Amino acid sequence: MAGQEQQQPQSRDNQVDEDIPEAPPAPPEAQASASTEGVDDLLDEIDGVLESNAEEFVRAFVQKGGQ
Amino acid sequence: MRVMGAETEYGIHAPSAPSANATMMSARVVQAYAQVTRQRAAGGAETRWDYTDEEPLHDARGWTVDRGAAHPSQLTDQPPVLDAESVALAYGREELELDGQDESGTLLMNMVLGNGARLYVDHAHPEYSSPEVTNPRDAVAWDAAGDLVGLASVRRLAADPALPPVNLYKNNTDNKSVSYGSHENYLMPRSVPFGDIVRGLTPFFVSRQVVCGAGRLGIGQDSSTPGFQISQRADFFEAEVGLETTIRRPIINTRDEPHATADKYRRLHVIIGDANLSQVSNYLKFGTTAMVLSLIEAGLAPKIEVYEPVAALKAVSHDTSLTARVRLLDGRRVTALDLQWMYHEAAAKLAQDTGVGDAVDGDGHTHDVLERWASVLTQLDSDRAAAATSVEWLAKLSLLDGYRQRDGLEWSDARLGLVDLQWADIRPEKGLYYRLLSRNRMQRVVDDAAIAAAVAEPPADTRAFFRGKCISSFGKDVVGASWDSVIFDVPGYGRLQRVPTREPLRGTKALTGALFERHRDAGPFLGELLGHNSTPPAA
Repeated sequence: MAGQEQQQPQSRDNQVDEDIPEAPPAPPEAQASASTEGVDDLLDEIDGVLESNAEEFVRAFVQKGGQ
Repeated sequence: MRVMGAETEYGIHAPSAPSANATMMSARVVQAYAQVTRQRAAGGAETRWDYTDEEPLHDARGWTVDRGAAHPSQLTDQPPVLDAESVALAYGREELELDGQDESGTLLMNMVLGNGARLYVDHAHPEYSSPEVTNPRDAVAWDAAGDLVGLASVRRLAADPALPPVNLYKNNTDNKSVSYGSHENYLMPRSVPFGDIVRGLTPFFVSRQVVCGAGRLGIGQDSSTPGFQISQRADFFEAEVGLETTIRRPIINTRDEPHATADKYRRLHVIIGDANLSQVSNYLKFGTTAMVLSLIEAGLAPKIEVYEPVAALKAVSHDTSLTARVRLLDGRRVTALDLQWMYHEAAAKLAQDTGVGDAVDGDGHTHDVLERWASVLTQLDSDRAAAATSVEWLAKLSLLDGYRQRDGLEWSDARLGLVDLQWADIRPEKGLYYRLLSRNRMQRVVDDAAIAAAVAEPPADTRAFFRGKCISSFGKDVVGASWDSVIFDVPGYGRLQRVPTREPLRGTKALTGALFERHRDAGPFLGELLGHNSTPPAA
């Protein structure tokens, strides 16, 4: 039964992440390969998609139990 | 191949209102979809769930748990009531006022959809339960359709200036010690002894995560140990066999609610899987499990037993190198890939012997599942870059590794936590899985057109066709439905008409399609269906 202590949601009032959907990024490249080629490009795209303020965003994602 | 279906509980979060009540937000998701579909098709799609045949306390091992001894979360056969008063009782008045909820209204908690699915509030999450399908390809399509259903609600709520935008995540944990499920259901003959199912499935469930795990940042239920593991769910399992789904979660769940003719069928309720966005992982999760059930039914499952399977499940999940060995009771020590190959070999032999695996004359699915299964197992051993285009945990790990290398991040870095979470955001512009998919870095099993069609149309080859068509054709006259019934309230009938659908492979398009085409009104439709006009019932 490890890890039963519940993390308390903290300082939620100052959580004001704007979450405005951005325009969808560019259409898929023709047949991008899965090799390391293009990884930097991929990470650059994802940098622009990630929510701002990672620490606050992840901390605020608190769920109630489910099945 | 086999009747099966998926259930997905979505993580739900309103970034601008993080303390909003999760049950109420989930109800808003259902409500939003009701509004969306009302625009699309005339006739309300809000349908009461018919709880008549729900038996959540029946245990497949042959007994029934006393209601007084059950955990409250196990009493899933009572309609949840979420009015303003009960929310206030549960969470306090302030919650209501903070949330700006109208105190007079009862929120919509359940819908039966025109595609045969159920959309409802399960505990504190919106859940989409797919319609019954007969093969893993359709399972992928109708499960992915649920992501589009959720997306439609997310868009609708985002466009409402009076409500906070809501995000949905197709994952299974908040990484803060809470987990929520994605379940699979498989129809089996009642005659198969449950002990055979436990013995045959346990080593398979310990190992199949290497193919269909969704990947998770952090080790332990609360993720307190930095690192990455294969499965979202493994750390939340604490028992080998049991009835519970929310506490002391077991590898093999014994809930015995067949939702069908009870003396013929059992519905195997599988709670150990991760929710999958990767289509190949999802396809193999359903396809390989269905084939292992065929092995068990034939008495041909590999004769192996894993020593301490709960610990083995976690050890496999925590080893991304896939070299960890689990101990078998016969003394052998084998890797998860070894276990998967044992099942593959047995399944391939059975498929060959029965003919269902033939490329031309087979059942149209088994051959493909066996090929993809072997291909993924081979790639996991020798070409991980290739496997990363189909295996979800490896795709996620590759992305995290990219960040770690580029930016020199530790496993505990919050940005990696965000990548793990946002991987599962169901919005294509935000969800990182979808960003990879759009770059052809993830393989597809079904195309976008098939998924879009599955949002609106039920599968043709199960009773879900009848259920979905009743909703889309006669929604305003349907007052209740469940997996094995549809209830009509039609003018001219003195009382409610309950149409049982206890045979999962009846009510199909072949059996009832013409009936739906012949009738525009529910009265004559029911008249013919129930034999009032001398036509025998078809459903």
